[in-house]
Amino acid sequence: MTDVGIGAPATAAAIAAPRGHGTLRRLLRHRSFLIGFTIIALLAILALLAPLIAPVDPSAMRVRFRFRPPQAAFWFGTDQFGRDIFTRVLYGTRISLFVGFAVCVVSGLCSAILGVIAAQFRRLDSAIMRLMDALMSFPAILLALGIAAALGPRVSSVIIALTVAYIPAGVRIVRAAALTVREMDYVQAAQVSGASSLRIVLRHILPNCFSPLLVHLTFIFAYAMLAEAALSFLGVGIQPPIASWGNIIAEGRDYATQAWWVMLFPGIAISLAALSLNLLGDALGDMLDPRLKGGE
Amino acid sequence: MPVILIISILAFLLLSLLPGDPAMIIAGDQASPAAIEQVRRQLGLDRSFLEQLGIWLFNLARGNFGSSLILNQSVLSAVGERLPVTLSLAALSIGFTIPVGVFLGSLAAYFRRTWIDSAVMTVALLGVSIPAFWIAILGVILFSVQLGWVPSSGFAPISQGVGRWFASMALPALILSLFQIGFLARMTRSAMLDVLSQDYIRTARAKGLSEWRTVGKHALRNALILIITATGILLSAAIGGSVIIEQVFALPGIGRMVVQAIMARDYPLVQGTMLILGFTFVMINLIVDILYTLADPRVRHD
Repeated sequence: MTDVGIGAPATAAAIAAPRGHGTLRRLLRHRSFLIGFTIIALLAILALLAPLIAPVDPSAMRVRFRFRPPQAAFWFGTDQFGRDIFTRVLYGTRISLFVGFAVCVVSGLCSAILGVIAAQFRRLDSAIMRLMDALMSFPAILLALGIAAALGPRVSSVIIALTVAYIPAGVRIVRAAALTVREMDYVQAAQVSGASSLRIVLRHILPNCFSPLLVHLTFIFAYAMLAEAALSFLGVGIQPPIASWGNIIAEGRDYATQAWWVMLFPGIAISLAALSLNLLGDALGDMLDPRLKGGE
Repeated sequence: MPVILIISILAFLLLSLLPGDPAMIIAGDQASPAAIEQVRRQLGLDRSFLEQLGIWLFNLARGNFGSSLILNQSVLSAVGERLPVTLSLAALSIGFTIPVGVFLGSLAAYFRRTWIDSAVMTVALLGVSIPAFWIAILGVILFSVQLGWVPSSGFAPISQGVGRWFASMALPALILSLFQIGFLARMTRSAMLDVLSQDYIRTARAKGLSEWRTVGKHALRNALILIITATGILLSAAIGGSVIIEQVFALPGIGRMVVQAIMARDYPLVQGTMLILGFTFVMINLIVDILYTLADPRVRHD
């Protein structure tokens, strides 16, 4: 024990260090992660504090201030009703982040449940996967458009529509991860030593599906926000007078040549939010799954 | 193909998603009871659920995808009439996407960790993050209103001359391809990074092949397999994106028709069109699978 080489202590320390801690530290040193996380965190704070930050009510119409270009009193200018665009974009952030987050959580849960069921129960596998294949045969935005239109113009319809559109991809990812883990020796060993299926699923299979699902959901967050904006732009998403980035652009479009600022700022907001989530997804993919070579 | 059957049933269920009485919703708020009754009969909603499903599937088997309520036309002919527009848009955008996306992705992979890689990947990231409908409106303002290079809206069929067709389609197709280029460049980069680290690339270099032959032939050819897989996703993105792009550029395609049908509550038209598109994608995926097997002899489907 005394003649341990110089390299050994370092190796031992590396083994002893808890794995989660290392991942977190590497994430904090990852440039894409830092940029993405900072932007999305700032947007989330702005969204939460919107009523405190916003200078006026988002739907307050003041006709004498119509079409004011960006200036000190109206940072992003005003629209055809004299509504303050900065305030409206700020309130739009709440809706967009809420829809994106809700779609992430609900589709993530459904994907995890359906994916694990498909991987665990051979008899349900083909039924579930054929249904997912069928849902995937429609372009996501078109499927969401049809469902949102049928359910009626409400925030909940948009969330349900996008959730259904994005579940199939999630189920495939969870199922693939679960199938891989299931064949691992330690899971087989747990099975042989008499662990119940529920215990195996909860202790071994679900935790191993978490990383790929998390990376996937970060991208879904971005896609869902872009899709919500597109649906609202087309008129089947969030309805005026509730401000959403998509419907501010739709309203501003008619005046785009005379009052470019109405549609410019919400577009920048969407792009920033999607950009930060994509950066975050790349970074998480890099860190959690070395096979996905993303950002750096 | 059980998937085709499931798609048919899903499209059928779309109508039953409507909360309340579909006949009343479709006929509109001001419709008389007689008009509602007529819509009910027209849609076969007076029959039982299973009977309706049976009739729907029976009609589909005979190639009858239903009829539009507003267009006075069968769904099949309505879609057929608008197909050239959407097809032009999708084909042109994929035509832009594949060379540009593959080139950019390979460039980034070859010059990994240099400024070229960073620049290309930033552009690709912007491509997948900026909403198409927004950049489309900005594009119309810049290229049509300010510069007057291309018409701001409308479609010139290819029969009116390739030049006019291209002019009417170039901007919409280019904007539609921005997301796809970003997507494909990111995908190509990671595929190329994978391939470039393989032993046979080192062997190719060691035996003195030129860089051009090594990267251009050996590496790209292997990355091609991945690109074939991506085509299915790209086509899906192109058709999905065309719904929005056609709306902005007022192009009379399938996407614009679906949005109009939704606004006019013409649910049979929505249902039929979704179904036709769903079938199309099943076919596309099948073709992609076959090409995949041909391009990569290691893959053998059972």
